[in-house]
Amino acid sequence: MTTAALQARGIAKRFGALTALSDINLHVDPGEVLGLIGDNGAGKSTLIKILCGYHQPDAGQIVVAGQEVTLRSVDHARSLGIDTVYQDLALINELSVYHNMFLNRELVRWPLLNNRAMKRRAERHLKDMGVNLPDVGVEVAKLSGGQRQAIAVARSVYSDAKVLLLDEPLAAMGAKEGTMILDVIRDLKRRGDVSVIIIAHNYAQVLDVCDRVNLLQHGRITFDKRAADTSLEELTDLVVADYRRRR
Amino acid sequence: MADTAERTAEEAPPRAPRRVLDAFLRRREASVLLVALALMVYFRASSDVFLSRDNLVNIAQATAPTAIVAVGIVLLLVSGEIDLSVGIVAAFAPFLLHFAIDYYGVPVLLALVLALALAAFIGLVNGFIVTQLHVPSFVVTLGTFFAVQGLLLITSHAYPVPIPEPVQGTFQTWIGAGPWASITWAVVIVAVFHVVLTRTRWGLHTISVGGNPVGATEAGIRASRIKIGNFMITSALGGLVGIMEAARINTIDPNIGGGTTLTFYAISAAVIGGTALAGGSGTIVGALLGALVLATLQNGFNLIGYSANTIYLILGLAILASMIANQYLSRLRRAGKS
Ligand SMILES: Nc1ncnc2c1ncn2[C@@H]1O[C@H](COP(=O)(O)OP(=O)(O)OP(=O)(O)O)[C@@H](O)[C@H]1O
Ligand SMILES: [Mg+2]
Repeated sequence: MTTAALQARGIAKRFGALTALSDINLHVDPGEVLGLIGDNGAGKSTLIKILCGYHQPDAGQIVVAGQEVTLRSVDHARSLGIDTVYQDLALINELSVYHNMFLNRELVRWPLLNNRAMKRRAERHLKDMGVNLPDVGVEVAKLSGGQRQAIAVARSVYSDAKVLLLDEPLAAMGAKEGTMILDVIRDLKRRGDVSVIIIAHNYAQVLDVCDRVNLLQHGRITFDKRAADTSLEELTDLVVADYRRRR
Repeated sequence: MADTAERTAEEAPPRAPRRVLDAFLRRREASVLLVALALMVYFRASSDVFLSRDNLVNIAQATAPTAIVAVGIVLLLVSGEIDLSVGIVAAFAPFLLHFAIDYYGVPVLLALVLALALAAFIGLVNGFIVTQLHVPSFVVTLGTFFAVQGLLLITSHAYPVPIPEPVQGTFQTWIGAGPWASITWAVVIVAVFHVVLTRTRWGLHTISVGGNPVGATEAGIRASRIKIGNFMITSALGGLVGIMEAARINTIDPNIGGGTTLTFYAISAAVIGGTALAGGSGTIVGALLGALVLATLQNGFNLIGYSANTIYLILGLAILASMIANQYLSRLRRAGKS
């Protein structure tokens, strides 16, 4: 058996009286793309934020490449090769595209920012990804929802991360742009050394790009199958059946 | 889509001078610079002595303290906080200098460093309570204002003291008594912190923390550290201004050289200069210009012969007018850009 790139064991998280996650067991192998699905409010984003060091879990362990670790902070997780596209994108409206692309890992020629290098690299990365932007110097506030999302994804993809956590990277995307992001994920897959956990609500897209699918329900992973072994119908039935049962 | 936009831009290339003018007008500092220049022209026309050397020194000496404190205020406003206690820290700092030198025989430069360090410590306390105990900075710094005022009055017995012997002479001239000393400090400090805000990680993170607190933390920026740092910078600058002003008026007086007036002038200068109270954006050069506008208004109307009381009324109206104008202009600017 291969060592998982990232593994969660018995993760629990409460917010006051609310139990968001009760007992999460999940793993993603090196080079694997794992789809994480579940209802609104199921706790998917909470799980992502635990895996990237933003939240501390109340119980359970996180194992990175075979090593059990306590993720002290987002920076700490990043230093272990874990990078995140948050559902809210974590972009700073007041800053330019290229400053956002390098947020908190700015290129510096001490004591000053190396704006020229950041600009050049941001331009190149966005072009490689197929994002059309007239000017990387423009404030992020002036961009469309889809463009903002593309920038957040590009930021993580080009961070040299070993594990990418993508929380609904397709939410604001048009058909063309959504395909672009999926292509980027496929490219990563082809490279074979990057693992991806991707949250999405469009099961067709999930089956299209993922190797394996996990369903998060009631604070647990209740379903874990290879994408090849399941179908759109099965995933839809699972979620709807649960809804029927609870009514 | 992007292609069409580029092509239209190519079809109608703006002429070079027009472009330079556009670029200038889009700068946040442009409107306040124009206001400052207009005031200068007006007062020059109304009073012969307005541009005399002595009067320029007056304006410079009135601009400097406000501008220096406003530098800290801008950093705080940009990071989404405010400091109402900085003026009283300014009043306290020269006493710290006096205690260190006259009671403990500390050498002047070391005493200056100590006084500024203690001032910065007050900023640390402000920042700690704001970020760790999650109390709004408006309330926290209101509290420290009164607390430090109490400390000041207790330790000074509310009596002024002379400038310590070792400070007199060269040091006093350099730190604030020389005619151009304080404005030189102000320009240097403004230049340094303008670079800090616009060209360093610290500045970028200050903007991030004020613009999108959650997003900045998600990106791993340690918001508390940035905010505490900016509180400390503000208090230290307040302390420096207090010592400068004591040197200039040649006495250490608990009742002048600080307090709410300095704080309110600095906040006004920051906002007139184009810094929003909402956080995420601001300009330090603008704040210097804002301080210049305030000093010019006060000085000019004084020369024309208005009484000090009338000047307050004019000052208040001018502040309101320029803030409304700024609000309006920045909305125009935003509309023009997108
Ligand atoms: N910081 C927080 N404080 C309190 N409750 C929270 C917090 N973050 C999330 N929750 C709660 O935890 C539960 C799970 O939220 P989460 O955002 O993880 O859901 P999700 O699966 O990502 O949903 P969606 O598909 O809508 O994004 C929700 O009930 C939410 O209200
Ligand atoms: Mg979510």
